[in-house]
Amino acid sequence: MKSLITSRERAAAIMVFLVALAVFPQFDQEFYTELVTRVMVLAIFAVSLDLLLGYTGLISFGHAAWFGIGGYVLALLGTKYQITNNLWLTLPAAMAITAVASFIVGLFVLRTRGMFFIMVTLAFAQIFYFLFHDVKALGGSSDGLNLRGKPTTEINGWVPFELTDTNTLYYFVMVLLVAVLLFMALLLRSPLGRALQGIRENEHRMAAIGFPVLRYKLAAFTLAGSLAGMAGHLYAVLSGGVNPELMSWHQSADVLLMVILGGMGQLWGGVIGAFSFVLLQEILSVMFKQWHLWLGTVIVLLVLFLPDGMISIFGRIKALARGRNP
Amino acid sequence: MFSISFRHMPARITSALAFTVLASGAIAQTSQPVKVGLMLPTSGTFAELGKTVANGFKLYVSENGGKLAGRTVQYVELDDESDPSKASENANKLVKRDRVDVLVGTIHSGVAMTMARVARDTNTLMIVPNAGAAEITGSMCAPNVFRSSFSNWQPGYASGLLAARKHKTAVTISWKYAAGDESVRGFREGFEKGGGRVIKDLNLPFPNVEFQPLLTELATIKPEAAYVFVAGAGQVKFVRDYAAAGLKNSIPLYGAFITEGTLAAQGDAASGLQTALHYADGLKNPKNEAFIASYRKVFNATPDVFAVQGYDAAQLFAAGLNAVKGDTKKKAEMIKAMENAKLESPRGPLSFSKSHNPIQDMYVRVAMGNKNVMTDVIVKALADPSPDCKN
Amino acid sequence: MDPSLFLIQALNAVQYGLLLFLVASGLTLIFGVMGVINIAHGSFYMMGAYLAFSLAAFTGNLLTTVVVGLVLTALIGGLLEWALFSHLYRRNHLQQVLLTYGLILIFESLRSSFIGDEVHSVPVPAWLDFSVPLGSVMTYPAYRLFMSAVCLLVALGMYLLIHRTRLGSQIRAGASNRDMVQVLGINIDWVYRLVFALGVALAAFAGMINSPVTAVAPGMGAQMLIVSFVVVIVGGIGSVWGALVASQLVAFADTFGKVFVPDYAGMAIYLVMAIVLVWRPEGLFKS
Repeated sequence: MKSLITSRERAAAIMVFLVALAVFPQFDQEFYTELVTRVMVLAIFAVSLDLLLGYTGLISFGHAAWFGIGGYVLALLGTKYQITNNLWLTLPAAMAITAVASFIVGLFVLRTRGMFFIMVTLAFAQIFYFLFHDVKALGGSSDGLNLRGKPTTEINGWVPFELTDTNTLYYFVMVLLVAVLLFMALLLRSPLGRALQGIRENEHRMAAIGFPVLRYKLAAFTLAGSLAGMAGHLYAVLSGGVNPELMSWHQSADVLLMVILGGMGQLWGGVIGAFSFVLLQEILSVMFKQWHLWLGTVIVLLVLFLPDGMISIFGRIKALARGRNP
Repeated sequence: MFSISFRHMPARITSALAFTVLASGAIAQTSQPVKVGLMLPTSGTFAELGKTVANGFKLYVSENGGKLAGRTVQYVELDDESDPSKASENANKLVKRDRVDVLVGTIHSGVAMTMARVARDTNTLMIVPNAGAAEITGSMCAPNVFRSSFSNWQPGYASGLLAARKHKTAVTISWKYAAGDESVRGFREGFEKGGGRVIKDLNLPFPNVEFQPLLTELATIKPEAAYVFVAGAGQVKFVRDYAAAGLKNSIPLYGAFITEGTLAAQGDAASGLQTALHYADGLKNPKNEAFIASYRKVFNATPDVFAVQGYDAAQLFAAGLNAVKGDTKKKAEMIKAMENAKLESPRGPLSFSKSHNPIQDMYVRVAMGNKNVMTDVIVKALADPSPDCKN
Repeated sequence: MDPSLFLIQALNAVQYGLLLFLVASGLTLIFGVMGVINIAHGSFYMMGAYLAFSLAAFTGNLLTTVVVGLVLTALIGGLLEWALFSHLYRRNHLQQVLLTYGLILIFESLRSSFIGDEVHSVPVPAWLDFSVPLGSVMTYPAYRLFMSAVCLLVALGMYLLIHRTRLGSQIRAGASNRDMVQVLGINIDWVYRLVFALGVALAAFAGMINSPVTAVAPGMGAQMLIVSFVVVIVGGIGSVWGALVASQLVAFADTFGKVFVPDYAGMAIYLVMAIVLVWRPEGLFKS
């Protein structure tokens, strides 16, 4: 569906959004600042999935595995084995380890297609879930691990900022979110990005032209996994703990929902999806005691009537308006 | 005697005014409602337990006219969904957004541990009305965290002592998770203290309920007794599977919570099972009789150990509040009062150890029909040693 | 390992596998014929169990309970197909996954509201409530043997239905080419509806027949769901025979995993799946 929204309108909306985001912590509402920080982390998570889903056309039902592993890397390094609790080491470590893990799993799963791919990604996520649930050396406990304080940012004695301050953590995550979005924007314009979109459109044709499709898919899978690992690490910093539920299939379903809610294959889809999803949950849980019932209903209606996600609402409203005033 | 000295008038007036201002300040605070944050599951596998705990808590408050220490109680309730990954946000919601005076929860240990961390970081008073994880009053203990229920070790230890009365060898079966491990450890200590020996520990992944392979293994090992720790739906299936496999008569089964709340579902398979727990049906003390009658009247159901734990959580909080006449700002005094509280619980006499875990009598119960009837006391005033707590 | 112990554990595995087959066969049928992923399949298993619990109080007779339960669930299945699932056939897999995920949330909430969250059990029918001695200490419940026999009968019935009846050939034809079948004058909408109802009824039947030996409780659907997905993937989407073989494989992995490597037993079935897929990316058998 061609977007009816002009790029100027889009740029304006983005500006407004970024300014609002930057200004928000100044209202000094600690609980809500933490809430928006969490949403931003989930946005990074959703955007990473969108790389696979919206741009490469790979429906992964196990994306939460990388999210959880990212968090556990921090927990194991900083708390269980006390190797390091320094952000500048744990964050790259989380991203590197999830990249390696997703690369290896990708070698297995990317040979399958369609429904199988969905289920196989689910199965591998379950393997990781049980690894962190049952194996003592990996913190194996259904209760998870509590972190021994937030990571420090010390470099040779100089402490640039303290993540223990709510607002500081907020801005740190915001900077990372913007960086991820910029990275994605550049990636999608690059030859790799175009190839991925080509694969989504018609994989066989791409293969016929001679593209090493598997290699590109693997690249996307690894990249997406690594970004999800970043999100997982940040989530652990924010919540102060990790547990196996971070990589449960419910979490994988939730992030899929965020992407479809916001709009697949749209750079901002993941961001809108994360905000809408959390907002939806908050509103429903306040309004109804049985809010799961209403969440399920909303999901069903969404899939039936708004499959292109909420981002399409703007276009549709505009179309309606145009329709009335030609 | 009644003459007024005019010389001291200004001083007296000033002090009278000052006193009035201060008193009204205190009254203004204590006339505001006291906020109780109930973070319990209202959906999912533990929803029933969450409901019963909340009922128990609210019963105590309503017995006191809806007030504690003269302040009306206002509840802020939240469904924790027994989900540890949402625990942090949920606890923060109650503490930072709703600014509750006390955090009460929960059933699931993983959630409770995260709640305890949030409570410690924000110095919020917290009472755990169920979750038995050792860490909460162990390595993670804190002055402002209390527990009104049990530690997983306690019923396990008592069960060990009980089983050792008649048997010399035993095998344990449990889910492989913290609660299972702690309970089994308690059983082993109690059983060995009574002169027995645990031959083997069998376990299966939590929350798997396909017990057949383990039951088969148990049958080949042929111990004199078996101890089991599984919960919820698992305990119903286990007891029935155990009987159907013909093991009920050949290898006597012991447990703690294994028949709690599920006797109707377990039926004949559970009859005659001996368990050790800090509460029982038919406990003859005046408080219990009044409690049962009161609970039946309000909720039209018979209370169980979870309702008692909720009730006692409210009692404990009241003990603290009463000591400071409702002024929740006097935290240190509240905590001291709660530490030294000697409560009359429906379960019997209840006090608290240095790690803020209950010191309570453990009863032997036998499953008869729909009740776990008390037969005797296996150990009085049992305290969890909590070696890791530095309170 | 003691040979007689091995036999008993194998018996445990076979029985568990046959139960898995019942649930997975419904799933693979719906997958294979209509190409729809239905994550809510576990909820139908749960529905069957709760129906057995509710009806058992009224009828006191297993046969009546099962018959009434089957009729009810088949009707519900048909209704769901007409109202929701028929719209999903042309949609992509992601939308199917998400819509059926929404259905799970709805079903669980409805169950919680109308029946409650307590754990229940269903009594074993009196005429089957005995045990067969196995060795000196242990006995094996006759009901489980009965269950296994029933599952085998159902497997046979399905084979006959799909390969020896006209309806069966219509189903097989509709699976490979929907439009062609329609051109031939067969009402494909009704065939699909029937298949869906059959799939739902199979899952519910599994729930009903397993209820006397398990606990009827919240969350029972989710556990069964994931395992049955593994079975379908390992067996091959759409292959009922594959589901039979795969369910045994999975059950053995689970059972003996618990016996030999209890710490890793949770992962056992997924490792099996991973290994099979490396060797055969489309599962063991083609539809």
